[in-house]
Amino acid sequence: MDIVFFFEVLTGGLLAGVMYSLVALGFVLIYKASGVFNFAQGAMVFFAALTFVSLVERGMNSWVALVVTLVVMIVLGVVTERVVLRPLVNQPQITLFMATIGLTFVLEGLSQLVWGSQPHNLEVGIPDVPIVWLTEKWNVSISQFDIFAALVAGALVAVLALFFQKTRIGRALRAVADDHQAALAVGIPLQHIWAIVWAVAGGVALVAGLLWGARNGVQFALTFLALKALPVLLIGGFESIPGAILGGLIIGASEKLAEVYFGPMVGGGIESWFAYVMALLFLLVRPEGLFGEKHIDRV
Amino acid sequence: MLYREAGQFKSSYGEDQQIFPIRQDRIAIALLLVVAFVVVPLVGNQYWLSALITPFLIFALAALGLNILTGYAGQLSLGTAAFMAVGAFMAYNFVLRMPWLGVIPSFVLAGLCAALVGVVFGLPSLRIKGFYLAVATLACQFFVLWVIQRWGWITNNSASGVITAQTITLFGYPLTSPAAKYLFTLSVVVVLALAAKNLMRSETGRAFMAVRDMDVAASVIGIPMMKTKLLAFAISSFYCGVAGALYAYTYLGTVEPEAFTLDLSFRVLFMIIIGGVGPILGSFLGAAFITLFPILLNLATSGVSHALGIEVPHAMVSNLELIVFGSLIIFFLIVEPSGLARLWQITKEKLRLWPFPH
Repeated sequence: MDIVFFFEVLTGGLLAGVMYSLVALGFVLIYKASGVFNFAQGAMVFFAALTFVSLVERGMNSWVALVVTLVVMIVLGVVTERVVLRPLVNQPQITLFMATIGLTFVLEGLSQLVWGSQPHNLEVGIPDVPIVWLTEKWNVSISQFDIFAALVAGALVAVLALFFQKTRIGRALRAVADDHQAALAVGIPLQHIWAIVWAVAGGVALVAGLLWGARNGVQFALTFLALKALPVLLIGGFESIPGAILGGLIIGASEKLAEVYFGPMVGGGIESWFAYVMALLFLLVRPEGLFGEKHIDRV
Repeated sequence: MLYREAGQFKSSYGEDQQIFPIRQDRIAIALLLVVAFVVVPLVGNQYWLSALITPFLIFALAALGLNILTGYAGQLSLGTAAFMAVGAFMAYNFVLRMPWLGVIPSFVLAGLCAALVGVVFGLPSLRIKGFYLAVATLACQFFVLWVIQRWGWITNNSASGVITAQTITLFGYPLTSPAAKYLFTLSVVVVLALAAKNLMRSETGRAFMAVRDMDVAASVIGIPMMKTKLLAFAISSFYCGVAGALYAYTYLGTVEPEAFTLDLSFRVLFMIIIGGVGPILGSFLGAAFITLFPILLNLATSGVSHALGIEVPHAMVSNLELIVFGSLIIFFLIVEPSGLARLWQITKEKLRLWPFPH
C-alpha cells in the first residue's frame, strides 16, 4: 500500500468530514436546546446558500448579501419558532419531527419559487486547487479550499463554544438543554431561547451552505446534505457539539478510505450507505453515540 | 340515536370477542365491502380504478405495515420503501424463476423475504430507540436500494435496472384489466387488514403495545423483548413487502429501484401521522388523504389559473404544491395531532347522542 496515497486519502476524508460536521452542528444545536430533531436543516442550508447566491447575482456586494442572508435566516428561525414550534409544545417528539419534514417541503418549495431552480456557481475567492508546496515537497495533493473550509469550521466551533460558555444567553441555552422545566422555573424565557437557537442554527446553515455551495455548486442536491449528516450524529451523539466534530471526522475519513480501498471490491457506489452501516455497527457498541447523554430508564 | 349499542346484549364469549362487537359497525363494514367489491368496479372508470383507487389501497397496506411497527410496537422506522422494494423485486424473481408457484404463494414468499430483511435491520432496535433507531433504519433504506441496483441477479440482469412486471394469472384468469387488478388488490388488502385488526387484539398485539408504552416495564412483567421487537419488524415488513409486490404488479407495471426512494418512506410515514398513529382505520384515512390530496391540489391550481386566465409555469405550480403540502402537514399536526382517526372517533361519539343534546 502506498503510504503517501493513503495519507492523501485520509486527509481528504478528514477535511470532508469537517464539512459534514458543519451540517451536523445545526442539528445538534436545535436538538440540544429543544429536543427537536430538525430534519429541515438540509433545506435550511439550501435556502441560505440559494438566497446568498441569488442576491450576489443580482449585483449585491457579497458582504452586504451575507448580512442580508443572515438576517433572513434569523427571521426564518424566529418565524419557525412562532408558527411551528410554539403550537406544538408538549407534543411527542415524533410529531415535532414530522413538523420539521413539513417545514422541509415548505422551504424547498419557497426557495425555488422565489429564486428559481437552476443551479448556481458560488465563488468564495479560494480556488479548489492543491497546495503547491505540499505537492512539491511530499507529493501529497491537498486542496487549498478544504483547508480553508476546515479553518472556517474550526473558527465557527470556537465562536459557538465561547458563546455557550461565556455569554448570558449561552448559559441560558445550556440551562434549557439540561432541563426545560428547571430552566423555566428559574425564569429563563423558553420561547426566546428556542427562537435564538433556531436563529443560530440558521447562521450555521448559512456557513455550511456557503462552503458546500462553493464546493459542489448551489443546487437542489444541497438538501440531501441532511442525510449525510445523520450518521455523523449517530456516532457523535445527538446532544454533543464535540461529538458532531469528531463524528464528522470519523465518518469523513472512513468513508473516503472505504471508497478507495473497499469500494472497487463490491462494485463502487458505496458512499450512499457506507456511513450509515458504519454508524449502525458503532451503535451496537455504544447505543448513545460517543458523547451522547447516557439514557437511564426508570420504571 | 344512529350509533347506539344500548340493548345489544352479549350472551356468549364468542359474541363478546368478535372483531366488530357493535351491530352498526358490522353493518357499516358489510356495506363498505359490498360497495368496494361490487359497486366500485361497476361504476368506476379505468382512470379512477388504475390511477386512484388501486394506489390508495396499496399505500393503505404499506401504511398499515408501518402502523403495526410504529403505532403499535412504538419503533420508528424510515425504511418502509426499502421493505416495499424487497417485496416488489423478490415477487418479480419468484414469478420469473418459479412460474409453477402461482401468484399468491409468490407474493407471500416475497413478503417473507421482506420480513427477513426487516428482522435483520430491526436488530439495532434491541439496543437503541427513538431517533437513533429512525436514523439507523435509514441504513436499510440506502443499503437495500444499493444492493438492488448492483446485484444483477435481482433485476434479471436488465441493463437499466428496470424490471417489467409479468402478467399474473389467478386461477387461470389473467389479471390485465384495471378492474381485475383492483379486485385482486382489494382482496389482499381486506384479508391483511382484518388479520392486522385481529392480531392487535391477541397476546402478540398486547405485547406490542406494552413495548410501545414502556419497554423496560414490559420486559419487567415478562414480555420477551427480543422476540416482540423482532416480530413487530417482521410483521410490519411483511405487510410492506406485499404492498411493494402489489405496487409493482397492479399499479406500476414497470419498476425501477428509484421508485422506492426515501421520499416514498416519508410519504407512508405522513399517511400514518395524518391518519392517526395506532388505529388501523387511520392508515386507510391517511393513505386516502395523501394519495388524493396532490390530485385535488393539481385540479385546484389548474382551475384557479383557468379562472384567472393566466398561464402558470409548471415549475411554479410544483413548487407551490410543495409549499401547500408542507404547510398542510404542519397545520394538521397542530390542529389534530392524533390524526384523522381521532376525528372519526369524535364523530362516533356525537352520533351516539344525535339528535339529542345529552
